Amino acid sequence: MGFWEVTLSLIGGLKYTCLIFALTLLLALPLGLVIAFGSMSKFKPLAYLVKTFVWIIRGVPLMLQVIIFFYVPGFLLGHPILSRFSSVIAAFVINYACYFSEIYRGGIESIAKGQYEAGQVLGMTKTEIFFKVILMQVVKRILAPMSNEVITLVKDTALARVILIVEVIQAAQNYAGYGLMWPLFYTAVFYLAFVGILTLIFGYFEKKLSYYKV
Amino acid sequence: MPILEVKNLCKCFGKNEVLKGISFSLKKGEVLSIIGSSGSGKTTLLRCLNFIETAEAGQITVDGKLLFDSNVCKKQSDKEIREKRLHFGLVFQSFNLFPQYTVLKNITLAKELLEAKKGNDGLSKAQIEAQAKKLLDRVGLLEKASSYPCELSGGQQQRVAIARALALSPDILCFDEPTSALDPELTGEVLKVIKELKDVGTTMIIVTHEMGFAKNVSDKIIFMADGIIEEMGTPEQVFEHPKSEKTKAFFEKSFENIV
Repeated sequence: MGFWEVTLSLIGGLKYTCLIFALTLLLALPLGLVIAFGSMSKFKPLAYLVKTFVWIIRGVPLMLQVIIFFYVPGFLLGHPILSRFSSVIAAFVINYACYFSEIYRGGIESIAKGQYEAGQVLGMTKTEIFFKVILMQVVKRILAPMSNEVITLVKDTALARVILIVEVIQAAQNYAGYGLMWPLFYTAVFYLAFVGILTLIFGYFEKKLSYYKV
Repeated sequence: MPILEVKNLCKCFGKNEVLKGISFSLKKGEVLSIIGSSGSGKTTLLRCLNFIETAEAGQITVDGKLLFDSNVCKKQSDKEIREKRLHFGLVFQSFNLFPQYTVLKNITLAKELLEAKKGNDGLSKAQIEAQAKKLLDRVGLLEKASSYPCELSGGQQQRVAIARALALSPDILCFDEPTSALDPELTGEVLKVIKELKDVGTTMIIVTHEMGFAKNVSDKIIFMADGIIEEMGTPEQVFEHPKSEKTKAFFEKSFENIV
């Protein structure tokens, strides 16, 4: 089993790692905002409901959630409703949306009341105040915690292997069956490169937003 | 006819009565200063006028139009409140400029959004910017148009905030302790701008702790204590011949602090 052969099959696994990463971000970022608004709702029953939901999702291991999404509908209905890959995406999106929602909430609540009031006395609507005044300040505030969460996501994609999605780690583990251990350690290089690129991207945005202070 | 008429305005937060029946009127072009110790309700009064807080009782009339009447019990829509807010401008103690926008954009943003709602009848972006530059020039900060708020001193930020409030041409411009967050050497430049606004006939209500300034610039002084108007009159009446014991005590303390 040569180096290139292993590399190619790990790249094959990387395809799933990237796909889970990208789809989760794409869907969880907006969904998190919706959940954040839910948990900040002035309608208390909704706020409590959403907070309970966030507690459950953050309280149960993501690995278990992946398993639940894949197997439980099958137990209940007699047939699975989501494919392996869709189960992973559903579990990841909901899980990460909940984590993002708390980061958003912290960011939104940290913006000074005066910013809202300034918008109000200038005759802006609530929507205008949020999108034109508050949002960009929130983005700047939450950039660092978000980079943490996004980097964690890169490595969490490895959990997909519990329902036999062949991502990078699973691809390497397949070689362990042949008594080959080094591919498993080799996967670290892929993760490091992935996270390295993300760090650069976040650094770029941080620099880009450094022209103002909040 | 007065441009602003406030009748029997009351506001409480929970059981705490902050305004206990405030009535006064203001003519066009007049400057009213509201003085009094912290917690006397000065800021709450301004916030009620600007519809940031809703009063429990009373009436607010601007230019003959009844804007708020607690007797007419109906929930106002957001849109109605927004329109009413435009009669007033408010300059905050802590400036509250939008940090992510340039000085110019801070001034034009609200106007652009308002004009966009008018569709084709609205002013163009260029017209709004030209107007904003005129205002910036008036507060002496034209060369800072493309700076960001964090690059300005407190006094400059407050002058931008004044220009921003003026951009919507409010009937009455309110100031909530405009110089309280400023270093002493920066208060002068802000007070000078306010003085210049008076000279061009801007109707203003100023909540302030700057007694000397209030005395010089105002046509009318209100001294508030515990949510009521303790004394009202011309600067001469209130400062030189205060009738109420509370007013006298307040001035004694204020001037003690100076020495």
